[in-house]
Amino acid sequence: MTKLYKAFSAVTALLLLYGFCQAWYIAPTEATMGNVQRIFYYHLPSAWVAFLLFFVNFLASAWYLIRRTDGADALALAAAEVGVSFCTIVLITGPIWARPIWGIWWTWDARLTSTLVLWLIYVSYLVLRHYATGGQVPVLAAALGIFGFVDVPIVYMAIRWFRTQHPQPVIGGGQGSGLDHTMWVAVLWNLAAFAMLAVLFVWARYRQALAERALEEAYIQAEGEAQ
Amino acid sequence: MSATPTLWSITRRSLAKDLRLEWRSKDAINSMLFFALLVVVIFSFGFDPTAEESRRIAGGLLWVAVLFATVVALNQTWTRELRNQVLDAYRLSPAPPQALFLSKTIGNFLFVAILEVLMVPLFVVFYNLRSVGPVWQLLVVALLATWALVVNGTFFAALSIRTRSREIMLPLILFPISIPALLAMVDATTSILTGDNSPYFWMRLLAVYDVVFTAVSLLLFEPVLNAE
Repeated sequence: MTKLYKAFSAVTALLLLYGFCQAWYIAPTEATMGNVQRIFYYHLPSAWVAFLLFFVNFLASAWYLIRRTDGADALALAAAEVGVSFCTIVLITGPIWARPIWGIWWTWDARLTSTLVLWLIYVSYLVLRHYATGGQVPVLAAALGIFGFVDVPIVYMAIRWFRTQHPQPVIGGGQGSGLDHTMWVAVLWNLAAFAMLAVLFVWARYRQALAERALEEAYIQAEGEAQ
Repeated sequence: MSATPTLWSITRRSLAKDLRLEWRSKDAINSMLFFALLVVVIFSFGFDPTAEESRRIAGGLLWVAVLFATVVALNQTWTRELRNQVLDAYRLSPAPPQALFLSKTIGNFLFVAILEVLMVPLFVVFYNLRSVGPVWQLLVVALLATWALVVNGTFFAALSIRTRSREIMLPLILFPISIPALLAMVDATTSILTGDNSPYFWMRLLAVYDVVFTAVSLLLFEPVLNAE
């Protein structure tokens, strides 16, 4: 581990702690929902981070197909894995909030359904990576990564045609939406903390993927020399 | 054959070869047909609908049956080319890979279309189906939907033959991506059968899906074919 990585980890830990204090002690209790609303400070940052990582996966996949660098493929893999993890957090924290507020765990509403479909697409990406063999994995995965990303707007259009039960976008959702100033502060701190955490994970996974590859090559070379 | 083969002439030749092979062996179409028949029969055990109800659920049942049967056919698309290293020969030849992809896709389109032509009467008989909306709309939906299934399916079959346990791999990567198309074909069909809603939004969505994914497939097929 490099010094930079350690320093980055320390800052992320502090930010997460500070974000936690913001979300649990400083942000006011929501008027109608009560304390349950505080899960929002984790739900929303996770969602944004997950979507961002899927976009990173798309860019890295495209970059791989153009330039064929190991780095691009490692980044695509890392972004997809961490993105799926954060998307899983979104899908778990959502129902925990929905149960007391809506009275149901799940509903086939537009945003929930499209997030689930997105999750399915990127899980299938990881499944392909797991089952494909040999040096062709990066190309196949990159192709699927691009397919998945191109599918996102179509999924969104298709599913929006159903009526929406998810709360209208709280941020930038038109009249009557909007957050109290202190809630905003909590959201932003947690967003920063989660983004840092995601970078940390992607970074670690990226280095690990590259190391794995280097190890494999060294092994093949050693085997060749032994013969 | 003209001196310089064009994309279209190579596509046509490759397609003719696939159709002749299929005509003589009937591998894909037979297994697909029997599979679809089984699905229809099993569904009708699962649900026992009245004529009114069956209009609402038939769209879903029909397309799910077609989807499953399509996977059966798609799995055989490329395995035929693996024998005797035919696929490697394609890679070495100067023929554009897009021609190969197009011929496979058109071939699958024809197989699935034949399957639908044979299956729809079955549905009509088993589920006492009568459409409230105009039938020509159903035809348009069927054409768009079939292309949507086979264009991605043919591409993903080319991905999945490169993996371990390739038969199971295809649905795992095809179904998630196809969800919007499935939603569109099922809802369009249901709207037409019941006559409750306009199917135009879904038809447009299917058309967009077809155009987008045909373009992406043609663009990405070459690196996938040549992946080592």
